[in-house]
Amino acid sequence: MNPAAHELDVEGLELELLLEAMFRRYGADFRGYARSSLRRRIRNMVRDERLGSISALQEKILREPEAMVRLLDHLSVCVTSMFRDPSFFLAFRQKVVPHLFSAPFVRIWCAGAATGEEVYSLAILLSEEGLFERCRLYGTDINAHLIEKARRGVFDAALMGEYEANYRAAGGKGSLSDYFRVAYDGATPRHGLKRNILFAQHNLAIDGSFNEFNVILCRNVMIYFGAELQNRVHELFFQSLRRKGFLCLGRRESLPRALAKTRYETVDAEERIYRRRS
Amino acid sequence: MNAPRLVVVGASWGGVDALQIVLGALPATFDAAVLVVLHRAQGVRDVLQHVLQRSCSLPVGDVEDKQPILPGRVYLAPAGYHVHVEDAHFGLSVDDPVHHARPSIDVAMSTAAEALGPKVTGVVLTGAGRDGAEGLALIKRLGGCAIVQEPSDAARADLPRAALDAVQPDRVLALEEIATWLAERGGGAEVNGGASPD
Ligand SMILES: C[S@@+](CC[C@H](N)C(=O)[O-])C[C@H]1O[C@@H](n2cnc3c(N)ncnc32)[C@H](O)[C@@H]1O
Repeated sequence: MNPAAHELDVEGLELELLLEAMFRRYGADFRGYARSSLRRRIRNMVRDERLGSISALQEKILREPEAMVRLLDHLSVCVTSMFRDPSFFLAFRQKVVPHLFSAPFVRIWCAGAATGEEVYSLAILLSEEGLFERCRLYGTDINAHLIEKARRGVFDAALMGEYEANYRAAGGKGSLSDYFRVAYDGATPRHGLKRNILFAQHNLAIDGSFNEFNVILCRNVMIYFGAELQNRVHELFFQSLRRKGFLCLGRRESLPRALAKTRYETVDAEERIYRRRS
Repeated sequence: MNAPRLVVVGASWGGVDALQIVLGALPATFDAAVLVVLHRAQGVRDVLQHVLQRSCSLPVGDVEDKQPILPGRVYLAPAGYHVHVEDAHFGLSVDDPVHHARPSIDVAMSTAAEALGPKVTGVVLTGAGRDGAEGLALIKRLGGCAIVQEPSDAARADLPRAALDAVQPDRVLALEEIATWLAERGGGAEVNGGASPD
């Protein structure tokens, strides 16, 4: 075997041992995650901490809980934005919202909400459609720091221009700036917008269902999971979704084939919007 | 593990024209999978698929998360996502851009090399910047095969030059030659003769 391949093999073993150590010592279960992105993130951490190997990182996190906290932050570095994929939000407006009017009370779960941009985008959309008063939006994420930021809801004012363009492409009816107060330290949602939003920590890999929802969004989260964990989470979503409820996935994610036929009908194939059959 | 051989082609500026020539020359019987990573703005996805499909006799489509890698198909890295090769399937991420690019050629090539070793051929075509150089070097180190477009033949020579600085390639070829070379070898793995597919 060539030396580089040998080194890679050893590193692969170190990675598995690290994941096991994280789970056994801290209950942090990343064993079901897709390995490639995980490996890149862990290598970055090894480099940032000036360590020589994943084994050295393992020793460090076992002895120093603060290092474990830093590792968890490395593992959920996250890029998100308001009205990411405007065409999705447009489709949501046109094809999902009309069905929500018949429900007296609408619960929406945004899983893997990161710093909350997706949730606030939905809140804006729903209030423009005259539905927000009847809605309760739950934004959850594995990472407590991100959830904290989402609650505070302070966004980089420099990005608002880009978000404004997304908002318009998503069928926005006014101006995004109507919904934010821009101050020196950033843009914050105006008071009313936060009223029906709840942010909480929730780990899709181990936690169970916590309510029954009319809509579940889980976009660009399960791409980080291996196939087996994806199946577990799909089971969780199915249990957490009301009959005729909607499931929305990311642009390049699809339902496992078996579920696609039996449990869901496709509302919009391009935008990955599905509806629970019964 | 039943993964087929995989050709990873990376390009940025001038890439669409170059890809039409390379993909256009692949015969319908081509028996490796092809992953194309082209730097592109979000929102022009469908056009690219359409344009490349017109010149290519193999089916061309955007990568889906967890899609199995099948021979005789051309996969495009979707705008806004990195493509990761995991064993016999593709994965996606929205991790930070690498060399300002997402999709990044380095991510696709390095993960392909790490997952499939000698079964991988990397091809760096025209473009600006230096994305791909590191990935191509890793392909080579892990027993795969490295092809670089002749810089004087490229619409923008930065990408091929950066690759040549990083790795001693198996071939430096003009576009038409790359096409024929790939077509003849069906992906070209084990060009080194020595690399055992363990
Ligand atoms: C790329 S972000 C997606 C943000 C947003 N949904 C979007 O599409 O813009 C992925 C998020 O998933 C979260 N995540 C990762 N593993 C998770 C898990 N097991 N349970 C809940 N959230 C998780 C990460 O912390 C990160 O915030």
